[in-house]
Amino acid sequence: MKTVIQILLYLSDMLVPFLILYVVAHGLLARRPVYDDFVKGAKDGLKTVLQILPTLVGLMVAVGVLRASGFLDFLSQALHPLTELVHFPSELVPLTIVRMFSASAATGLALDVFKEYGTDSYLGLAASILMGCTETIFYTMSIYFMTAKVKKTRYTLAGALLATLVGVAASTWLAGMMK
Amino acid sequence: MLNYLWGAMLLLGIIYGAFHGRLPEITSAAIDSAKEAVALCVTMAGVMALWVGLMEIAQKSGIISRATRKIQPFISFMFPGLPKGHRAREYITTNIIANVFGLGWAATPAGLKAMEELKKLEEERKRCPVGGRKAAPKGTASNEMCTFLILNISSLQLIPVSIIAYRSQYGSVNPAAVIAPSLAATLLSAAAAIVFCKVMDGRKSL
Repeated sequence: MKTVIQILLYLSDMLVPFLILYVVAHGLLARRPVYDDFVKGAKDGLKTVLQILPTLVGLMVAVGVLRASGFLDFLSQALHPLTELVHFPSELVPLTIVRMFSASAATGLALDVFKEYGTDSYLGLAASILMGCTETIFYTMSIYFMTAKVKKTRYTLAGALLATLVGVAASTWLAGMMK
Repeated sequence: MLNYLWGAMLLLGIIYGAFHGRLPEITSAAIDSAKEAVALCVTMAGVMALWVGLMEIAQKSGIISRATRKIQPFISFMFPGLPKGHRAREYITTNIIANVFGLGWAATPAGLKAMEELKKLEEERKRCPVGGRKAAPKGTASNEMCTFLILNISSLQLIPVSIIAYRSQYGSVNPAAVIAPSLAATLLSAAAAIVFCKVMDGRKSL
C-alpha cells in the first residue's frame, strides 16, 4: 500500500510538466503559433476567474460567518457519534452534503477546511480529493432534465449517489494513506 | 437553490452567533472573508490563465479532436442504442472530453445540447424503434439520458486545476500532491458509475 501511494505521489509530480511538454511539442509539430494560442486562451481563463469573483465573495462571506458563529463546530460535534460509526470525519460532513447542491458553496467550505486544519492535513487532503471526484448531483440533474423536459428520472439519482459515495469513500481512504 | 442555501447559511450563522455572543467575530469574519475572496482570485487567475492557455494550444493543434475520436469505442459501449451518426453522440463526446480536461464552461452547453438531442431521439423512436429500442413514455428519462447523467456526475477529471490553485493559496507544501490521488478516486467513482449503468441498461428497458 505504501508503494501505491509513492507511485501516486510520483505521478502527481510528473503530470503537470509532462502535460505542458506534450501539449507544446504537439502544437509546434502541428505548426501552430503556440505562443499566440496560449495568450488567447489565457485571456479566456482570466475572464472566467473574473466571472466567479462575485460568487466567491458571496459564498466565502457566508461560510466565514458560519464558521465564526461556532455553528460549524457545533454541527460536526453533534454529528460525531454518527460519523464515528462509519469512520468518516465529522468535520467533512457539511462539505460532503453541500457539494451535492452547489459547487461554489462547497468551494467555500473546502477553503474553510484548508484554513482551519491546513491544506496538507488529513482533512485538507481528503477535502481536496473529494472536491475533484464528486459533482453537484442535484444542480446538474435539475438543469439537464429541465432541458429534456423530463420529470421521471428513473435510476439516475441512485447511480449518481452511488458514484458520489464511492468518490467520498475513496477520498478519505486515499487521504488516510497519504498521511 | 443557491438563493436558499446562501440565505440560510448567513441567517443561521448570525442567529446562532448572536445567541453565543460571537457577533464581533462575525463582523470581522464577514469583512475578512470578502477581502480573502479577492486575494484568492488573484492566485486563481494565474493558474487558470496557464491552464486555459495550454488547453487552447491543445485544441488548436488537434489534441482534443484526436481524444474525441479515441473515445468512440467507449461511447458505443456505454450507449449501445445510440446510432453511429446521431447528433447526440457528438455532444455527449464533447461533454465528456471537456469534463476530463477541466473545461467546465465548454462542458455544460454541450451537455445540454446532448440532452436536447436525446429527447429528439425519443421522438424518432416514437415513429419507429431506433437502435433496437422503443420510445420512453413522455416526460420519462430514456436509458441513454440516465447513463449520460450518471457518467457526467461521476465527474471524470484529469487535473483538478482550481483545487490546486486553492491549495497553493493556503500554503500547501505541495499543492499538486493530490493530482494522482484525485485521479484514482475519480476513476473509482467512474468505474462504479459505468458498472451501475451497464447493469441497469442491460435489464429489460422500461
